[in-house]
Amino acid sequence: MAAAARKSAGAASKPAKSGARRGPKNTPSFNKEEELHAYREMLLIRRFEEKSGQMYGMGLIGGFCHLYIGQEAVVVGMQMASKDGDQVITGYRDHGHMLVTGMDPKGVLAELTGRRGGYSRGKGGSMHMFSKEKHFYGGHGIVGAQVSLGTGLAFANRYRENGSVSLTYFGDGAANQGQVYESFNMAALWKLPVVYVIENNRYAMGTSVSRAAAQTDFSKRGLSFNIPGEQVDGMDVRAVREAGARAIEHARSGEGPFILEMLTYRYRGHSMSDPAKYRTKDEVTRMREEQDPIEQVRRRLLGEWSLAEDELKAIDGEIRKIVNEAADFATNDPEPDPSELWTDILL
Amino acid sequence: MPIDVLMPALSPTMEQGKLAKWLKKEGDSVKSGDILAEIETDKATMEIEAVDEGVLAKILVDDGAENVAVNTPIAIIAAEGEDVASAAAGASSAPAPAAEPSAEPAPEPAAEPPPEAPPGSAPASPAIARSASAYDAGSEVPEGTEMVEQTVREALRDAMAEEMRREESVYVIGEEVAEYQGAYKVTQGLLQEFGARRVVDTPITEHGFTGLAVGSAFAGLRPIVEFMTFNFAMQAIDQIINSAAKTLYMSGGQLGCPIVFRGPNGAASRVAAQHSHDYAAWYSNVPGLKVVMPYTAADAKGLLKSAIRDPNPVIFLENEILYGQTFPVPKLDDFTVPIGKARIHRQGDDVTIVSFGIGMTYAVKAAEELAKEGIEAEVIDLRTIRPMDTETVIASVIKTGRCVAVEEGFPQSGVTAEIAMRIMEAAFDYLDAPVVRVTGKDVPMPYAANLEKLALPTVAEVVQAAKAVCYK
Repeated sequence: MAAAARKSAGAASKPAKSGARRGPKNTPSFNKEEELHAYREMLLIRRFEEKSGQMYGMGLIGGFCHLYIGQEAVVVGMQMASKDGDQVITGYRDHGHMLVTGMDPKGVLAELTGRRGGYSRGKGGSMHMFSKEKHFYGGHGIVGAQVSLGTGLAFANRYRENGSVSLTYFGDGAANQGQVYESFNMAALWKLPVVYVIENNRYAMGTSVSRAAAQTDFSKRGLSFNIPGEQVDGMDVRAVREAGARAIEHARSGEGPFILEMLTYRYRGHSMSDPAKYRTKDEVTRMREEQDPIEQVRRRLLGEWSLAEDELKAIDGEIRKIVNEAADFATNDPEPDPSELWTDILL
Repeated sequence: MPIDVLMPALSPTMEQGKLAKWLKKEGDSVKSGDILAEIETDKATMEIEAVDEGVLAKILVDDGAENVAVNTPIAIIAAEGEDVASAAAGASSAPAPAAEPSAEPAPEPAAEPPPEAPPGSAPASPAIARSASAYDAGSEVPEGTEMVEQTVREALRDAMAEEMRREESVYVIGEEVAEYQGAYKVTQGLLQEFGARRVVDTPITEHGFTGLAVGSAFAGLRPIVEFMTFNFAMQAIDQIINSAAKTLYMSGGQLGCPIVFRGPNGAASRVAAQHSHDYAAWYSNVPGLKVVMPYTAADAKGLLKSAIRDPNPVIFLENEILYGQTFPVPKLDDFTVPIGKARIHRQGDDVTIVSFGIGMTYAVKAAEELAKEGIEAEVIDLRTIRPMDTETVIASVIKTGRCVAVEEGFPQSGVTAEIAMRIMEAAFDYLDAPVVRVTGKDVPMPYAANLEKLALPTVAEVVQAAKAVCYK
């Protein structure tokens, strides 16, 4: 089982400019433990997603499946900046968010395969998973809906004065939905503890940002509500963690919402059946080769931190084992009992 | 262990494809992310990417091969450190893809409703309710309870205030609910008693504040969302249906949404089509919601209190014309009415008239008219549309053999259509005449006074329908 399906450009158009746009380059440093933690977390997402793609190809995963490959530094950096009790909510490209909150890869993958051991007992699928215990509030399939919902989590935090912050993720596509600005308005008006993390991976499905947005600098989208915003190199986990820490502190201290625009990139198609006609192969290849978030950490671990190849190999092996065990579970766990059809409709 | 590379399915419907080109050859070493080959489907050319590291030991399906079935092994990769030749030799005896048995699990007969199907769901088979028994709403109020005259508006306000005193996580949110004291004065006095933290004025932003309230309910608060009218909830219906109603199911029971959406619904007086829509049928179509539509002040109070305590999303449909009407309300410290139970408003043996909300005004007056002509109608107030108290309706129809269903909403796919269907499913043999419905006319609500009157049901129509089913 060595292959995953990947859609690629059938017809190449003109080569795109290389490299992600970068925000003001601040290169905060990580200590060795932090580098190792980030490496491990990002690699888990990468390998998990590769496995998901592979299992989709084998017909084990159905319906829609959106992979997070390429964007790993965003959730890992943000999670490193957050505290226990902070909530996470996102859209449909959600596997990475679940894994960083500590949800069990077995339960996530078994949900992807629609099995009874899945987080939603097989009734939600890729886009609809939740874990109250890990403060993960979904997994939402309607583009932009999570922005108001995440603002509501922040409303509840303020109502209870529990000191928690809502990390509300959405993409450059969702950023054009009306309810986003309704939410910005209320969040700023009531100084709600929410950080809006806009994952700008340059394409809303197949529509590039420049074809969809009159203001392509998403960090400015909160300006008319006086919400501060910042562009962050979302391929550099250190930059993400640093900006995340500041934004979360801003929200937690009662200053209200903060917008972080993460400049990132997804290597795979929008979903599994994406013919990728809207960007060149060259663009994808260049991003992978020059800016890969995992490779960046890997290079530092081997260089600055003088880790031996074998040490990294050992980590790779551990991660692969976790993912393979999850895949075994997700493949062999039975489908939900037919009686599950009628459960969980009402409490 | 040699690793099989399988022909991938690139879409849920793909069964076979063409292996256009190999980009690696036998003996090449591959690492995760390397592109092995290109596959052509009817939609696009796709690539297969290696996930594991190793050496491409053997290619099993050559360049240009057409109609390669999904999940066919197309190559073998020798894992790191493995002998390439013996891995390749293992080709012919390579085990069947492990995925095979479970990849396409035999379809379970999942569509068959189990016997424990929840009460109130549509009956699966005919003749379920030969022994249907009516719910006794009289038991809701202990004998000798003092009754006080109250408007529906006051009853609703008291219900919210009592529940807010009882439970700190209950709050009210909406447009003009606080300082203005409610666009229809339903939230009068709440700001003064509970403060701005719990009585929250919003900008005019239905989509946003509904999503915000739903999110806060996911986090465990118990919002009461007031829509100035349910017409405006259309802006927010995505959050009501897709987020509030479905998340419990999609989370496998983890994430409930204790929330009440309330406000005036249906025709008011001369406010035309955009402000007159009755949404009872719309919301009652959605599993995961409860839908309540009271008529009397007592029911409004008791049901709203139950709705606020309910752990599920409840759509609570009020009516502007009923707000000012006065009814006796039991003077009790904690008066609640169960959701999902109808109330027999008037006893009778000749014909059953079923309605709810403001539709009851026509039903009640028609029953009085009919009595003058010697026809005793049994009037049932459904009170809850979903889950519907079919039992009480059926018990009455078994007794009378005739039924007229009344609503202000549109006829097609309406609540009365549902009532008629349930009666047919459960009490067909008991009917002495087809069920007749009286509804709003199938037109957008007009503004002109005379046209508006024509668009709404009338008492005369209900009387006429009742006589028709009685063959009189």
